[in-house]
Parts: sequence; C-alpha cells; structure tokens
Amino acid sequence: MTQNIVGHNLVEIDNLSFGYKGRLLHQGINMVFPRGKVVAIMGGSGSGKTTLLRLIGGQIRPAKGEVRVDGHVVHQQSREGIYQLRRKMGMLFQHGALFTDLSVYENVAFPMREHTDFPETIIHDLVLLKLHAVGLRGAHKLKPAELSGGMARRVALARAIALDPDIVMYDEPFAGLDPISMGVICDLIRTLNDALGTTSIIVSHDVKETFSIADYVYFVANGTVAAEGTPDDLNKSTLPFVHQFVHGEKDGPVPFHYVAGDYKQALLGLEA
Amino acid sequence: MIVNSRLHLFCTIGHRFTQRIWRLGAGARLFWLTIISSGESFRRFHLTIREVYFTGVMSLIIIVVSAFFVGMVLALQGYNTLQRYGSSEAIGVLVALALVRELGPVVTALLFAGRAGTAITAEIGLMKATEQLSAMEMMAVSPISRVIAPRFWAGVIAMPILNVLFCMVGILGGYLVAVPLIGVDAGAFWSQMQANVDWRLDILNGVIKSAVFGVACTMIALFEGYDAPPTAEGVSSATTRTVVTSSLAVLGLDFALTSFMISI
Ligand SMILES: Nc1ncnc2c1ncn2[C@@H]1O[C@H](COP(=O)(O)OP(=O)(O)O)[C@@H](O)[C@H]1O
Ligand SMILES: [Mg+2]
Repeated sequence: MTQNIVGHNLVEIDNLSFGYKGRLLHQGINMVFPRGKVVAIMGGSGSGKTTLLRLIGGQIRPAKGEVRVDGHVVHQQSREGIYQLRRKMGMLFQHGALFTDLSVYENVAFPMREHTDFPETIIHDLVLLKLHAVGLRGAHKLKPAELSGGMARRVALARAIALDPDIVMYDEPFAGLDPISMGVICDLIRTLNDALGTTSIIVSHDVKETFSIADYVYFVANGTVAAEGTPDDLNKSTLPFVHQFVHGEKDGPVPFHYVAGDYKQALLGLEA
Repeated sequence: MIVNSRLHLFCTIGHRFTQRIWRLGAGARLFWLTIISSGESFRRFHLTIREVYFTGVMSLIIIVVSAFFVGMVLALQGYNTLQRYGSSEAIGVLVALALVRELGPVVTALLFAGRAGTAITAEIGLMKATEQLSAMEMMAVSPISRVIAPRFWAGVIAMPILNVLFCMVGILGGYLVAVPLIGVDAGAFWSQMQANVDWRLDILNGVIKSAVFGVACTMIALFEGYDAPPTAEGVSSATTRTVVTSSLAVLGLDFALTSFMISI
C-alpha cells in the first residue's frame, strides 16, 4: 500500500516526528490514506493517536517530517491555507464537542452559516438531510445536554459531514458507547464513506468494531508504526505485539505495569 | 542548608515573577488578536447583540438592587453631614456627583466582574475543556473572531449602559430617602443637582471610565477562560482569578483615570 500514483493518496504522513515539551511522542511515522478508503489508526491510550489527527488538521506543527493533505504540506501553509485545507476535512471529536449553547439543528447548521451564503430554506433542507442520514431528524430541537452519548456522537457526525468533506476523521468513535449505539455508528461510518465517496480515518482501540469496517489498519506503539495491514492480515499476525492487542491479553510486549522501581523495596519504604 | 533554602526562595520568587510577566504578555497578545479579529463582530452584529443581551440581563438585577441601596445610604450619610453646615438641600448634588463620578462606574464594574465576568470565564473555560474551541478551529472558524470578539464588544457596550442605569436607580434611591423620608425640599433637591452636575466633566467622564472598565473586566474574564487549563480545577481557579484581577484592575484604573481627568 506504499505505492503512490499521483493523487491516489489523499493524506500522506512522511517520516513524522512530534513531541510535547521535548519528549518525543512520534518518531518517524509513515502512513498513507488512499482516497475513498477507511483506514484505522490503532494503539493504546496515550500512544498519540489523537495527536496524529491534530497534526493532520494542522493544529500543531511536526518536529520533523511532514503531513501532506491533497498534495499540500500542512505545516508550510499560511493560516489562510490551513483554513482552506480544513474545509475539506470533517472531524468527529472523542466527546462530540457539540456547541452546548446551540440546539442540535444549529450545531449542524453552524459550518454552513460560517462558510456559505446559502439562504435559510436551503440550510433548513440540508440540516434535515444530514440529521436524517444519522437517524436523528426528530431530535433537531433538542439541546446537546438532552442527548445520550451515542446520539451526541451522531449529531457531531452530522455536523462533521455538513459541508460534504473529502476526509472525515473519527477520534475514538466507539469509546464509551453501548453495543447497539456502537453498531449504529459502525454502520454509519461505512455507509457514509461509501455513499459520499469520502476518505475516512478512524482512531480507535476497539479491535472488533474497527476491524469490521476498516480497509487497512496501522498499529502505533512506542512512537512508531509497529504493524500494518488489512484486518485479515493482522488477525493472522504472529507479531507478539499485534497478537497481544488483537486478543486483548493483559501481559505481553506491552507491560501491565507503568515503569516502576522494585515493589518489595517500595513496600519496605526503601524507595524514595 | 540555609544557602540552599534561600536560593530556593529566590528561585520561587523569580519563577512567579516571570510567570506573571508571561501571562501579561499572553493577555496583551489575546487583546491584540481580539481587536484585529473584530470585523465579524460588527459585520454580523447580531452575534454581538446576543452577547450584550446575555451579559446585560445577567447583571441587571444585581445592579439595580445594589444601586438602589447605595443611593439610599449615600443620602442618609450625606444628610447627616450636610445638615450640620445647614446645607441639606445640597444632598441631591452630593448623591448625583458621588454616583456619576465614582460609585457608578466602579461599583458597576465590580458587580459586573463578579456576575458576568465569572460567567464568561467559566463558559469559555468549559468550551475549551470540552474541545468546542478545538472543534471550531477544525471547522476553519476562528474561535477568536467567532467566540471571543463578540463577547468582548458586548462587555464594552454593556458596561456603560449598566453604569448609566446604576446612576439613575441610585439617584432615585437617594431621592426616596432625602425627600419623602427626611423631608428635604424636592425642588431644591433636583434644581441643585441640575445646576451643579456638569455634562462633560461629570457625566461623560463617568461613562468614559466605565467603558474603560468594560474593556478591562471583559478582557480579563475572556483571557482567564481562554488560558484556563482544560480541567474542572483549572476552570474554577480561573474563575476566582477573574474576580480578583478584575477588581484590582478596576480600582487601579480608577485612580489613574481620575487623576488624569482632574488634571485636564
Ligand atoms: N496539549 C498537550 N500538552 C502536553 N502533553 C499532551 C498534550 N496533549 C496530549 N499530551 C500527551 O501526549 C500523549 C498522547 O496523547 P494522545 O494523542 O491524546 O493519545 P491517544 O489519543 O492515543 O490516547 C499523552 O501522554 C498525553 O498526556
Ligand atoms: Mg485520544
């Protein structure tokens, strides 16, 4: 999947390094996201998955390497250029990030009001169309506080696709949902991807759901891509890390314990 | 050991000091960004009007009630002193001048900081903590021009209006104590006030003061919210800092403005 016919990959991450406050979080990451595909980035909590999405969106600058979106190097863009690129992106935040002072309807209408001059009747039709796509047309009058977690995420999804973006990024779309909502979101992601012809990037640590919809999966661990392949490849993988992650084993290459001193010494009060 | 702890103290003070300077710089930067991103607040003026409505309505009751009491107390205290010199009719002037020049702008600003300022800080802080500002950024909408600037101008517009309201209600409170209660002549009360309160020197200066306080209080509230660590604890301590910093800023600015206005 590393071959690159010009324009084949909508997003490319090239030898990317990034760290907060000097501590490197990513070290030389390479990934490609072909047009029209659903690609997943998986890894443990704190492995820097959300940070990768923020790098793609140009909210932070890489220390080394680059991210290209539709051929443009993100961190070399002016502020205006980054805003132009972001208009091609939709992002579903981990906790929805709905505007709490606006109704569901106004949340979905927000990007349209900001970026288009559509008359009110068109906005009305478009909002209801998007809400209908996520099955929440009937909830358009509610405030975000009145929604369940799964509904809030679907509204956020409707908002993310309000302007028909080329790329939709999903940050932990399954985390904290009941099994039914999870299935609904799963179906939505795949259906929207295929119906709208978008490119989807899913960040997740839920193996089963992610494997069921992804075309290709990257595993990140210790700041690098530890493994990659189609879900079938990875299911069969004998790499110890992948095996541990896919089968949810407690100990393996990724230790259960955070790095600590000797336990016995600590109990005896000998450790500072 | 002693050298060590002195060194430590020195470092702590130095650290605090540089942090203050740093925050001052960050605040000034946000202020500048807000000013240059203000186009949208005026082009889509309904965004600003909406915030004027919220901040104004939020502070309305507390300001009206406080003004009423402040006016009444002023009349009581003023009468007590003035009657000794046989000039109790001057009570109208005293109440009006005290309110229009000092108490109106200052007390309004202090109440505004406590009521609307804290609400602004908490709102912005929570919007940040729940990634609403980040989401806006990712939608290619600048949170500074869409969220910060309209609230800023709303505060700057609302403060003088609230100040004028404060003065009017305060004068009414003073009137009720002085005339019906104490028995000062109503004609003397109003005519002395009219004759001795200057439009430019007193009223306009008071309104200018309150506009400056509006800039300071709103900007401090917005900065504290925008700068708050995105946690419950971070937002709550930012809210406290809003009240403390705004109050000190208002009192300090009041002294500076008063000395400037008296000298010209
Ligand atoms: N703004 C920030 N400043 C400093 N450290 C951060 C910041 N955001 C995230 N981190 C740290 O970076 C690491 C990776 O975060 P994140 O990308 O959110 O991981 P993931 O989404 O994979 O759980 C975490 O250890 C987190 O504490
Ligand atoms: Mg994350």
